[in-house]
Amino acid sequence: MGALTSQAPVTSGTLLRLATAGSVDDGKSTLVGRLLHDTKSVLSDQLAAVERVSRDRGLTAADLALLTDGLRAEREQGITIDVAYRYFATAQRSFVLADCPGHVQYTRNTVTGSSTADVVVLLVDARKGVLEQTRRHLAVTALLRVPHVIVAVNKIDLVDFSQEVFDRVNAEVQQVAHELGVEEATAIPVSALDGDNVAEPSARTPWYSGPTLLGLLETLSPADDPVRESFRMPVQLVIRPQGAARDAAHRDYRGYAGQVASGVVRVGEEVVTLPSGQRSTVAGIDLGERTLDEAFAGQSVTLRLTDEIDISRGDVIAAVDGAPDPTQDIEAVVCWLGDAPLRPGQRLLLKHGSRTVQTAVRTIDGALDLDDLHAVPSETLSLNDIGLVRLRLAGPVPVENYSVSRRGGSFLLIDAHDGRTVAAGMVGATLPTAADAPTRPEGDEEWEI
Amino acid sequence: MSATIIDRTDRTHTDEVVHAQETAQPRVLSQLDALESEAILVIREIVGELERPALLFSGGKDSVVMLHLAAKAFWPAPIPFPVLHVDTGHNFPEVLAYRDETVDRLGLRLVVANVQDYIDDGRLRERPDGLRNALQTVPLLDAINENRFDGVFGGGRRDEEKARAKERIVSLRDEFGQWDPKNQRPELWSLFNPRHRPGEHVRVFPISNWTEVDVWSYIERENIPLAPLYYAHERDVFRRDGMWLAVGPHSQPREDETVETRTVRYRTVGDMSCTGAVESPARTNAEIVVEVAASTLTERGATRADDRISEAAMEDRKKEGYF
Repeated sequence: MGALTSQAPVTSGTLLRLATAGSVDDGKSTLVGRLLHDTKSVLSDQLAAVERVSRDRGLTAADLALLTDGLRAEREQGITIDVAYRYFATAQRSFVLADCPGHVQYTRNTVTGSSTADVVVLLVDARKGVLEQTRRHLAVTALLRVPHVIVAVNKIDLVDFSQEVFDRVNAEVQQVAHELGVEEATAIPVSALDGDNVAEPSARTPWYSGPTLLGLLETLSPADDPVRESFRMPVQLVIRPQGAARDAAHRDYRGYAGQVASGVVRVGEEVVTLPSGQRSTVAGIDLGERTLDEAFAGQSVTLRLTDEIDISRGDVIAAVDGAPDPTQDIEAVVCWLGDAPLRPGQRLLLKHGSRTVQTAVRTIDGALDLDDLHAVPSETLSLNDIGLVRLRLAGPVPVENYSVSRRGGSFLLIDAHDGRTVAAGMVGATLPTAADAPTRPEGDEEWEI
Repeated sequence: MSATIIDRTDRTHTDEVVHAQETAQPRVLSQLDALESEAILVIREIVGELERPALLFSGGKDSVVMLHLAAKAFWPAPIPFPVLHVDTGHNFPEVLAYRDETVDRLGLRLVVANVQDYIDDGRLRERPDGLRNALQTVPLLDAINENRFDGVFGGGRRDEEKARAKERIVSLRDEFGQWDPKNQRPELWSLFNPRHRPGEHVRVFPISNWTEVDVWSYIERENIPLAPLYYAHERDVFRRDGMWLAVGPHSQPREDETVETRTVRYRTVGDMSCTGAVESPARTNAEIVVEVAASTLTERGATRADDRISEAAMEDRKKEGYF
């Protein structure tokens, strides 16, 4: 192991959130360990602990996967069960890294790690090519509209650094990515174990002239920019201190606290409250004791309005132009993460922004077949299925199309009985159609997705 | 990049794009601003969803940052929940004094659960090694039950320790206070779901994504007052297990250990008997930021004897209901 090291630079340019994906044993945790190690993000006591455990197990080199497989059960089984979050930085930028599990039974954890990612690094074992979990994770990545996908064709050392194998696996991945609607997936031949093309270019793949994994991560543009969308802010709380104000001057203060989900809002602008449709004007924007002229996507602020209109938690304050029409009927694609299957007629809670409403499943209109990569009819959705559903809501909610706004188009389904989150939902998303696939069911005239 | 923007710009969004280009102001949150905003989002959401939250407050730097964030989240209203401290009976006196001052300054209600009370009446027994960190779990869970707290904010961070690196921001505890790391809920986008059955509760870690350097950079930026022992000072210490332990009522040197006066500071503050000081000349927040950024040891690796007991010491404590 190389000489160590110091903690990451104090601050670096922009923050990039990345998540790993891919089938079990494709080497995700080893790759993450390699990235952390080669960016000198592993502190000496952490590395010493990993080296000690590796030695006790009879390994000749440190098992870098142990840097993120922190749970006892993970170390026992040599697998990743849940997402590990790690932080590292280079001179170019800072990274939040979510190392996700590969086993199908832990798909919900992979969805968790990918839902906030700017880039997914999908690992594929060069010897095995595309497996069912590779397809599932790529489908999830496509649905979540993760802005970037990098395909790390791993264990290239075990196929004698063969360009032919790399090209074959890459072609296979590109085909699947294309069918799922992933716009771009850059492939890199790597050995996570030895570090080839991870942080340093490899002399053992002379036929590969592209960037290293780290080099690519450092230069990716953060494609998802909610600041450019129209202004929305779900109201989390009404701040009304009255007699409890920390200062007598604020006894009559009334503000609406929330995080700006998208766009920009300025003092003096007219806004509309959803779902009520009442209009008012922004009188002030507060962030703690600071007063701001404007607030933009990502900022947690408190808005004051010129009129005392009825606004409560769960409402959305939006720009007047282009505000969404609240609706009680939505079509969405869901990743079903509940242990018991989802059935038509089932009642659940739906959480969108800061609003939670009751909902009933009207129909299940299909599920993604991971072999053929298109929707097939399905009566129910089982754990880890991706399906198209129609929902009826107990009250109007200002949802947006997920393809327009990740914040405005995403929701949770919650089991009211035990409070568990049972699905990730994307409003208006669609599944690849069976239009040009030979297996389209005959005589199903209603089949319109 | 441009293709993506065009993709995402439908008719109703055009005005915004034009405006952003006209003003050409960079509207990008700095790392600290993004972390602050995420923490405030989480704190507000839990207060919006739950009936009786509370915040774990030890007087340590992470819980002080939590209080600072909570004050911002609700300003100009007061922080709408009490703070809970599990007192091991081995705390640094200056930290307890700081705790009380801070509670007074912010007008908070303080609930204290005393490990010493449990030892005195026999509900807990002192461990042979005298360490009391693991003994905090029972008083903590009792206090949560007695006060019917349904959401408990903690200052835990994922960079501290490998079991914490695995935990959700909103983390369910069963009726025995146990964490089940193999069966955590999905946590999607920035939609947080703290719902649970009666008898269960959630632990909430709004600064999960902060690193030690982030915490110090934030303390410096916001000029947050801390307990004095975080800054370099002269102290009588002795060497044990590679750490400098303070001489005090609960930590006395053995015969083979010599007491020396050193210039030290604390990177973490916990139980006096097992929290080590580090040699350091750093007397200001700015000096500490530089020192922490250059450190080759994690803060717990450098200063916590109890985490050295086994590979999974933290996970085992957390499963039983620890912080």
